[in-house]
Amino acid sequence: MTKQLHKVCRELLESGKVQVIIGYGQKDRGQPPHPVFITSPEEVEGLVWNDQCVANLTTYLTRKEIRALGKPAIIVKGCDARAIVVLQRESQIDRSAMVVIGMACNGVGEPRLAKCAACDAHVPAHVDITIGEAVSEPVDPERRYNDLNVFMTQSTDERMDYWQDELERCVRCYACRQVCPLCYCERCVADKNRPVRFSTAPTLKGNYAWHITRAFHLAGRCIGCDECTRACPAGINLRLLNLSVARAAENAFGYRAGLDPEAEPVIGSFSTQDKESFIK
Amino acid sequence: MTHKQPHPDPDMTTFEPKIVAYVCNWCTYLGADLAGTNRLEYPPNVRIIRLPCTGRIDFNLIVKAFETGADAVLVSGCHPGDCHYTSGNYHARRRWTLFRELLDTLGIEMDRIHFTWISAAEGRKWQQVITEITEKTRQMGPYLAYKRICRVS
Ligand code: SF4
Ligand code: SF4
Ligand code: SF4
Ligand code: FES
Repeated sequence: MTKQLHKVCRELLESGKVQVIIGYGQKDRGQPPHPVFITSPEEVEGLVWNDQCVANLTTYLTRKEIRALGKPAIIVKGCDARAIVVLQRESQIDRSAMVVIGMACNGVGEPRLAKCAACDAHVPAHVDITIGEAVSEPVDPERRYNDLNVFMTQSTDERMDYWQDELERCVRCYACRQVCPLCYCERCVADKNRPVRFSTAPTLKGNYAWHITRAFHLAGRCIGCDECTRACPAGINLRLLNLSVARAAENAFGYRAGLDPEAEPVIGSFSTQDKESFIK
Repeated sequence: MTHKQPHPDPDMTTFEPKIVAYVCNWCTYLGADLAGTNRLEYPPNVRIIRLPCTGRIDFNLIVKAFETGADAVLVSGCHPGDCHYTSGNYHARRRWTLFRELLDTLGIEMDRIHFTWISAAEGRKWQQVITEITEKTRQMGPYLAYKRICRVS
């Protein structure tokens, strides 16, 4: 697969179809792969593909510095590719001005990431070139939300205690935001100071406001790559919060983010038939 | 580590619930107004905050209410089909469907967050809703868990 990847990327650069390849590089196999931005055909040998390629590179598509490099080709896994669908739907990228290279993927990370256990995107969708072979099979939705379902067996008070302990550790570094392909706002509400939207101090009060905002600004948009959780230096399980909103969108509105480029976003659209059992 | 603290007022004899109500300008606010002009009595525990439409009620406002000491929050607007801006309440309904799940996962007490449709003609419904919410919140006691979150550390 790596050989073929090199070949494809060399051709793309040589033909001038793209000016930069956003991919993975790796110093040696003991070290985690890191993002690389390859601009000349001679450097394509520096690209790697293996089961340690955990990062979701689509977050670079909206960065000014990367855009300045010219038309990109980007290497994605099936899960990552969903972020491109959302970015396109939200008019953040010009899909026709990039080449998306999808890698068939049977799981990444050591041990395997939680999301891989319920993956139905082993073969990437909505990509321009697919490299490698894998089989995508439908997954029982409950399996996607397994961790959340287990968590929710606790009582409300237990959950409150859990999150107070967790969120106490948040230092408001915003790594979770920076790494997210869909947290692309030029000015995040968390940084607004005239007026201040919510406390920027890393105290419980400000941290609750931040975490509720982060998770809900991604409602119906988060594609579940779990990069936020991986980036968090405090080891906070943001995944649970993302899953709770995603499960609600799937259960109540049959919607999952990043599957269908034509679908109306779940927030921003409505049906007069939407259920409202909670409204009196 | 546990966050449990003894109840400061175990008999709750002096506890008066603080309820924040975010209401839309065109229906529920007028419903509340009608309750007033009709001299319908309801508990004085509610603080009414008038907004143009339920579609304008940002989810952060619910958080803000708890941050500023509310023990319960009400969000209320026009019945489906009656929104002054045609569809604000439909959008809101969708948003709240997802938002409630997030809060539930966070361990927020969902019995303290209420949603209603109250029209300009439903002064009596306003009276009932506020009375019910006040009584229910009185029984639940002050929202200590969120107050703990907001204490200065
Ligand atoms: S948290 Fe909200 S405002 Fe901040 S970057 Fe993400 S989506 Fe934008
Ligand atoms: S919120 Fe986290 S899991 Fe969702 S798309 Fe952003 S980084 Fe990925
Ligand atoms: S990455 Fe972790 S510590 Fe940093 S702001 Fe996000 S949740 Fe808080
Ligand atoms: S104006 Fe009342 S809900 Fe929109």
